[in-house]
Amino acid sequence: MHDTGKILVGLGVFGVLATGPIWYGLSRGGGAPPDLPKPAAAKQCVEPTAYMRSRHMELLDEWRDAVVRDAQRVYVASDGQRHEMSLTGSCLRCHEDQEKFCNKCHLYAGVETFCFDCHQKKRKLAATARREGGLP
Amino acid sequence: MTLRRRSFLKLAGLGLAGAGTVPVAEALVRGTRTEAGQDALRGKRWAMVIDERKCLTRGGCDACVQACHRAHNVPRMADPKHDVKWVWKERFEHVFPDRVTPYTPATMKERPTLVLCNHCDNPPCVRVCPTQSTWKRADGLVMMDMHRCIGCRYCVVACPYGSRSFNFEDPRPAIAGEPTDYPTRTKGVVEKCTFCAERLAAGQRPLCVEACEGIGCGALTFGDLGDPGSPVSALLRANDVARRKPELGTSPHVFYLL
Repeated sequence: MHDTGKILVGLGVFGVLATGPIWYGLSRGGGAPPDLPKPAAAKQCVEPTAYMRSRHMELLDEWRDAVVRDAQRVYVASDGQRHEMSLTGSCLRCHEDQEKFCNKCHLYAGVETFCFDCHQKKRKLAATARREGGLP
Repeated sequence: MTLRRRSFLKLAGLGLAGAGTVPVAEALVRGTRTEAGQDALRGKRWAMVIDERKCLTRGGCDACVQACHRAHNVPRMADPKHDVKWVWKERFEHVFPDRVTPYTPATMKERPTLVLCNHCDNPPCVRVCPTQSTWKRADGLVMMDMHRCIGCRYCVVACPYGSRSFNFEDPRPAIAGEPTDYPTRTKGVVEKCTFCAERLAAGQRPLCVEACEGIGCGALTFGDLGDPGSPVSALLRANDVARRKPELGTSPHVFYLL
C-alpha cells in the first residue's frame, strides 16, 4: 500500500472520463425524453399507448411479415377495430411528420431506423440519407 | 432462514409458471389476428397471356411499361447497364431464340416483344436465394421481400429470362416524374415484377393489364388458371401458346400468342 494516492487519483480520472458523456449530456439538457406531438386526427392508436411505446417495433415487424409474406393486409386490434397494416397508410396518417415523431424519439434513444429509406409519402421523397452518415 | 432444496425447487417452479403467463397475458391484451382484405382477389394459380399479334398492331406503344414503372417508382438510371426494369420490350430473337432460324427475316427478329417476370412454377431464383427473400406464393406469384434481400444477386444470375434488376445505385434520385406512395427500393437490393401483389390484395388486376385495356388494345389478359371459366383458361384452351425457354423446366406462367 505504497501507492494509495496514485491509485485514488487514477480512479478519479477514470471515473470522470467514463461518466463524462453523461455529465456532458445532462449539462446540455439532453436528459429529458423528447416531447412528441399528439396527432389531432385521432385519440387512440391501434393499440394502447403504453404498448405502442414499448413494443411498436414488434408490432411493425409482425405487420411487415403479414403483409409481405402472407398477403394479409388487415390487422384486427385488441379492441376489435380493423386497420390497414401500412406504415405510410396507417401510422403516418395520424403521425403526419416522421421527422417530428419517429425520428425525434429514435434520435434520443440512439436507435437507427431505415424504414424511410424505402417507405415514403409522396411529398417526402429525398435521396437516401443513411449512407451519408447520421440518423435519418 | 436457510433455503432447503425442496422449498427452493417449489419456489423456482412457481416462478417459472408465473413467467409463463406473461406471453399469454400479452397475447390477450393485444389483437393477434391479421387477415386479408375483403376485396382481395383469390386465385389458385395466377397467370398472364400476352397476345403479341394485338400488341404489335400498336407499334411503339409502351402504355403498360409506363403505367407499371410510374406506379411502382421504378427508376430510370442514366447508365443503361444499371437500368431497372419490371416490364419492358425486348427483341423477338432474344425472347424466343429457339424460334429464330437463319432464314427468319430481320423485321421479325427485331420485333419488340413484351417481357416480364414469368412467375415460374419451378423458379430458379427462389432455389438459389440464400435468405428466402424471394419465394413462391401458394397462388403462383414469385415474390420479393426487400427487407430480407442482401443483394447477393444469385437470383439475377439464376433467372434465365433476365427478369431481375439490381439497384447498383440509390434509385430515388432517378425516379422520373411525381413519385407514388409505393415504397422505393434502396441501393443493393434486387427487384422485379410481382404481378401487382399489392393490387390483387385490394381487388384489382395488374396495372399493365388495365393500362393495355385502357388504350383499347387488350393484348394482356390476367387471371386464375385454377378457374376453368377465367379468361386466361379460355385463351389457353383455344390457342397454340408459347412459353419462353420451356426446355429449362421452369414452367413459366406468362404465355404468348405469337
